[in-house]
Amino acid sequence: MSAHRVVGRRARKVDGLKLVTGRTAFTDDIDLPGLLIGKILPSPHAHARIKRIDTRRAKALPGVHAVLTYQDVPRVPHTTAGQAWPEPSPYDTYLLDSKVRHVGDRVAAVAAETRAIAEEALRRIEVDYEVLPAVLDMEHAMDKGAAVIHDEPDSTGIDDAARNLAGEIHRELGSAEQGFRQADLIVEREYRTPRQQHAAIEPHIVICWLDADDRLVIRTSTQIPFHVRRQVAMILQIPVSRIRVIKPRIGGGFGGKQEMVIEDICAALALAARRPVKLEYTRHEEFFMARTRHPQVLRLKMGVKKDGTIVAHHMKVLAATGAYGGHCTTVQGNTGSKVLPLYRAPNLKFDCDVVYVNAPPAGAFRGYGCPQGFFAQESLVDEIAHQLGMDPIAFRLKNAIRQGDTDELSAQLGEGRKGLPRLIRSCGLPQCLARGAEAFGWKTRRTGGRRRPGRVLHGVGLACSMQGSGIAGVDFAGAFFKLNEDGSFNLQVGATDLGTGSDTVLAQIAAETLGVSLDKILIYSSDTDFTPFDVGAYASSTTIISGGAVKKAAEKTRDAVCCFAAKLLDANPEDLTCRDDRVFAPGGKSVTMGEVAMFAFYKEKTQVMEGSSHFNTDSPPPFCAQFAEVEVDTETGQVKVPHLVTAVDLGVAINPMQAEGQAEGAVAQGLGYTLAEEMVLDEAGRVVNANFCDYKIFTAEDMPKLTTILVETEEPLGPYGAKSIAEVPINGVGPAVANAIFDAAGIRLRRLPIRPDAVLAALRAPEAAR
Amino acid sequence: MSDLVIHLRVNGEPRRWTVAPGDLLLDVLRREGYWGVKRGCETGECGACAVLLDGEPVNSCLMFAAQAEGRGLTTIEGIAERDRLDPIQEAFLEHGGVQCGYCTPAMVLCAKALLERSAHPTEAEVREALGGVFCRCTGYKKPVEAVLAAASTGRGGRAPVRAAAARPSRAAARARKEAGR
Repeated sequence: MSAHRVVGRRARKVDGLKLVTGRTAFTDDIDLPGLLIGKILPSPHAHARIKRIDTRRAKALPGVHAVLTYQDVPRVPHTTAGQAWPEPSPYDTYLLDSKVRHVGDRVAAVAAETRAIAEEALRRIEVDYEVLPAVLDMEHAMDKGAAVIHDEPDSTGIDDAARNLAGEIHRELGSAEQGFRQADLIVEREYRTPRQQHAAIEPHIVICWLDADDRLVIRTSTQIPFHVRRQVAMILQIPVSRIRVIKPRIGGGFGGKQEMVIEDICAALALAARRPVKLEYTRHEEFFMARTRHPQVLRLKMGVKKDGTIVAHHMKVLAATGAYGGHCTTVQGNTGSKVLPLYRAPNLKFDCDVVYVNAPPAGAFRGYGCPQGFFAQESLVDEIAHQLGMDPIAFRLKNAIRQGDTDELSAQLGEGRKGLPRLIRSCGLPQCLARGAEAFGWKTRRTGGRRRPGRVLHGVGLACSMQGSGIAGVDFAGAFFKLNEDGSFNLQVGATDLGTGSDTVLAQIAAETLGVSLDKILIYSSDTDFTPFDVGAYASSTTIISGGAVKKAAEKTRDAVCCFAAKLLDANPEDLTCRDDRVFAPGGKSVTMGEVAMFAFYKEKTQVMEGSSHFNTDSPPPFCAQFAEVEVDTETGQVKVPHLVTAVDLGVAINPMQAEGQAEGAVAQGLGYTLAEEMVLDEAGRVVNANFCDYKIFTAEDMPKLTTILVETEEPLGPYGAKSIAEVPINGVGPAVANAIFDAAGIRLRRLPIRPDAVLAALRAPEAAR
Repeated sequence: MSDLVIHLRVNGEPRRWTVAPGDLLLDVLRREGYWGVKRGCETGECGACAVLLDGEPVNSCLMFAAQAEGRGLTTIEGIAERDRLDPIQEAFLEHGGVQCGYCTPAMVLCAKALLERSAHPTEAEVREALGGVFCRCTGYKKPVEAVLAAASTGRGGRAPVRAAAARPSRAAARARKEAGR
């Protein structure tokens, strides 16, 4: 066991009390006098030009305080993607525009005294549309003659607007062509993945008002408060100094709130009405007007030697970014850069087109391109191992990246630009496979794809995956400490706890470094007026990057504490140690942190306050092995998953209880993605299942038995050896289940979600589904 | 239509509210300061707005406030007794059952209704009781473990709210045992 006192403990959430008691914590838990309700008029058409818009009858309605159309607001091309500046996403979006590009796109916005009045005002807005042909099928988006979705002249950063091509990526390591020539076996397969909805239980919500100094306050459910401040300043053309963004507790984000979805329009309404305005999506609106995971069609071609050595791998991806291109090349870049290097083939090739379609925009979503890529790769690898007659674990271990390797593909595929090579300093994948297999009973349960008699068939499958821990050379964070009279420390971080527990993990890192108990750390996140800059919570970055900043700042703070304590203890500062809320001299004499604070304040007339920033030039991957058991009902096509085992190498677990919770939540979302979740669009581009009845989220009754195994390794780049965990366990559920279905029934399902009708069809024509 | 005056009890306290006939119970509760009642879908699917109506969970987004006339409501604000957390709340903290916390009040209330009915439920019964509340963070494993743990410790003892980290004392454990008999 580690010598740490606070790090590694299953500590309770530091903000848990207010959450279990239902006290005011979230964006909406506030009373503001004169609060107006904002609503957006959504486009009924997938693609149309606004020929005429008349708001006079809406404005005339008593209780309406603002009505905005594209004629009333600045036209500033931007991206809503919450990324570090300069964003690698095209600037193809406008606060309001004279063209609408998906059903649910903004036509106008109102602010009124009640929701009923706001809704009535929307009905009174008269709009004449010139309806344009819609592009809905991503496989025909680049066809000659297809309608052009972004024909406006002022958007920038679009790869080829005339062809609806938002972005493209082409990279090669070695030569795939030459590699395939050396292969004894080449397998080429196509895979499809759906448009998934984040479905955070708290919808997108923001409240904007002007404070007593006429500064714009934005209280919002966001993962990216500092990006929101910068984006809103740019879009509304007001200085950053006039904006304050407050992030209260967040009711789930999963990437859906790594996006400035509604803050700009709500701020514009508040400025127009000169009154506080609340804008909250309904669940229905979430499905039309928020973001989704990118649907993809993946074509994989892998060449192997007879002994199982992978010699070449070529992945071709077609992805739909929806009507706007936020995260388009970065999500898809990840599909290549985080997936292909898991296996150390000398020849790797990645080709990708990301196209616009007239559908709700895609964006960041837990896994960020990896669930798509790993579904395809791990399904293919399983198939090849089976064809070679090799054990799937042995095949993976033979080819998998290992400690000391350098992943050069990451150098070619950075955050929308050239990246940095990844040196693997820690890798627990073999242990993940070994411990996961042991817990699952892998050896005794495989059937090898031979279908047996009986209505319900049992099978098992596995998959491996990796991710990153922050974006190398891009993600960056800050932390600030000050010492109080009783020996407690205020810790201010720009890091954005969105329910992940990062406040607790960061406080644990702080307490460990300062030698104090956890309750002595008063952590606050985040408020752009009071907390240091942080890019936000995404890319599995918070523990390693924000945690790195906290550790650095805590070390500086500890040094400052020791300087004062040295005077009190008549010792050298460098000889002192901090533990148990005290500072100890070598002889055992000690003072409390509180005594140090009082001495600093009232004798020395100064104080302990220190801050630090942190970034990494590498993104250490966490690794994961997942095992699934399935039951395939051959009469109904229903697939049940009784047990899922997830073994994950997360570096050192700062808080094992929370880390397990992250894994279990990711697995639940991954299982939904595998078996149920898909936004279905009709021929007019409308989401037909825009509610929780028809869009299935797994419940407590639906979820299988979950076993979570934390495999700890020591990552030199992470605080106390930590890497990350929040994203990686979502990746392997789909392929583990698909591989288990093959083990049970001898059929390969290559399209997610795996629904009973597809299973039945494959069972009836097994030759076509091999 | 004119406003109605309704009388009900919320967390044991008598309340007199003036509501419009179409006002949803969810909206009125939040308006009256019961912030722990959460809005997730407004169509009775996600369960985040669950409260107990005479001890049974209901989605407050599917009820008019006027339908609560003469009834007794329990919200998350009424679960902790003075400064002591309910063992279910305690267990949610201790077992990592809370992530973002948005569905937590509804989960705790549904668990409360279950444990009032059945002091020692099976895991399947716990899953059924929580089945109407969507959680997108936890995968439900730790909330289910929390409810089972709360059931196994009994429901007599309550830990102090202010020192939530404090362990229940021996005396409290004895009192719990007594109460359990």
